[in-house]
Amino acid sequence: MSTTETTHEPSAGRVPHVDYLVLDNGDPYLVANECTSCGARFFDRRNACAACFATEFRVVPIATAGTVTAFTIVAFAAPGIPVPFVAAVVDCNGTSVKGNIINVEPDPANISTGMTVRLATFSLGIDDNGVEAIGYGFEPAG
Amino acid sequence: MSASDEIFILGINMTKFGKHFDKDVVDLGAEAMMAALGDGGVTMADMGILAAGNLMGSGGVGQQLQKQVGQTGIPVYNVSNACATGATALRTAIMAIKAGECDMGIAVGVEKLAGAGLLGGSVAKQSDKHEWEPSGRLGAVTGVDGRIGSATMPALFAQIGVEYGHKYGGVDAELFARISEKNHSHSTLNPLAAYTKAMSLEQIMGDMMIAYPNTRPMCSANCDGAAAAVVVSGSKLRTMSLEQQRRAVKVSASVLTSDPYEEACQVLPNVNTLTRNAAIQAYETAGVGPSDLDLVELHDCFATAELVHYDNLMLCEEGGAADFFNSGAPWRTGATPVNVSGGLQSKGHPISATGIANIWEVCHHLRGEAGDRQIDGAQVGLAHVIGLGSACGVHVLEKSALGSAA
Repeated sequence: MSTTETTHEPSAGRVPHVDYLVLDNGDPYLVANECTSCGARFFDRRNACAACFATEFRVVPIATAGTVTAFTIVAFAAPGIPVPFVAAVVDCNGTSVKGNIINVEPDPANISTGMTVRLATFSLGIDDNGVEAIGYGFEPAG
Repeated sequence: MSASDEIFILGINMTKFGKHFDKDVVDLGAEAMMAALGDGGVTMADMGILAAGNLMGSGGVGQQLQKQVGQTGIPVYNVSNACATGATALRTAIMAIKAGECDMGIAVGVEKLAGAGLLGGSVAKQSDKHEWEPSGRLGAVTGVDGRIGSATMPALFAQIGVEYGHKYGGVDAELFARISEKNHSHSTLNPLAAYTKAMSLEQIMGDMMIAYPNTRPMCSANCDGAAAAVVVSGSKLRTMSLEQQRRAVKVSASVLTSDPYEEACQVLPNVNTLTRNAAIQAYETAGVGPSDLDLVELHDCFATAELVHYDNLMLCEEGGAADFFNSGAPWRTGATPVNVSGGLQSKGHPISATGIANIWEVCHHLRGEAGDRQIDGAQVGLAHVIGLGSACGVHVLEKSALGSAA
């Protein structure tokens, strides 16, 4: 996605962790590149659709609520990654999204497949230029 | 030379898996090659192709190994296909024979992995100036692993097992630990395994958590090792000694698949569909079914992975993997022994060696040479590996009917 001057105020001084997190258009949401032919969705760029080989894509918003279909509680990670954390796959109305489950104690008693969650954002910190990076995860919605 | 439909393993070997501080990749690979050639009663002069697999090294291991065991000018294929690298090397040699390019070839897989630690995922680069700068395919301003899920091997395979439970039910953390208990128990009879200690359920569940529900002993052991196999066409084998013919093991199917597009495989690798596709193709080619298998070596890189592959290899009804395990079937004394070698969790997982070492295990039983852990009267076995990305290799092996007293 190219950087464009936007008229939306809140984007000043904030950047999303990844391209597919949109911050500057009201409530945060995720977007995907959707194949205009078969509807398959991808979070990165593709030369052709992995499902049907068509070459036209459009950017579409992803539902911000979903259901956990797989998770793990990671206790051992690369240096610099705070553990434990919950890594999960969330079914957002038919689109599978990877993300951490946040704002909940990372304990098997608190996390289960089938639980409903919603998109949430958090600060990744402020850089030397005063710009804040915003990450996303999913928090329990029940 | 003409194209051959029949392929046999003539000689095969695996080194001891574990820590080999005094041996490098070339030493280990050469050791397995020399032993496989010796096992088959042939030399490098007989080989028409060398296929060599090694993931973590500097590349070109095949040519380095030739310099170690014999340079004859034959074509060398250096292959790299994640955890399916060994199986891919073997299949490369098999394809050359099937194509009629040669009648004998050798495949080797070797890895130095002891102490490698956590595999998979990527770590954010460090720089002096702290500035959020988008980079890479996702335009990420910092590392994503650990912040947007995790692509480390333990995290991915844990999710794959949990996902199976979500889909079919009847699965809890203890079930996965009991699968690990089985494999560690099996390993006590395998002198070539990296770890040969039985572990109780309590020990396994109480060990260090890596990625829930997998604790440390439920993860494959990073270690050093090599395995090599000599393959030969049926027509060539028929010109060889009766002893060579008797010990040869028939490759009834050699299949390699990758994952077809599925919605969720874009964010969590799908190890299921391509394994099922490979199994279907292998059973069809070999003319055998899951109930004919006397033993199975499947890719238990984590305890959570073993469960889903019971189902993917159709050892049970769809959705019935937990019941299959609970019935006792995959124990050494059960109806369908799985990972009699101890599996990757205790035998170890020197990545590129794994896809040939599992075939060595099956051959060992089909030849009646497996000693204390021998599955009596074994006639048919299956070896399976999967590498993320994904690549799946399935080989069906059968006791040779050649060279036996008519």
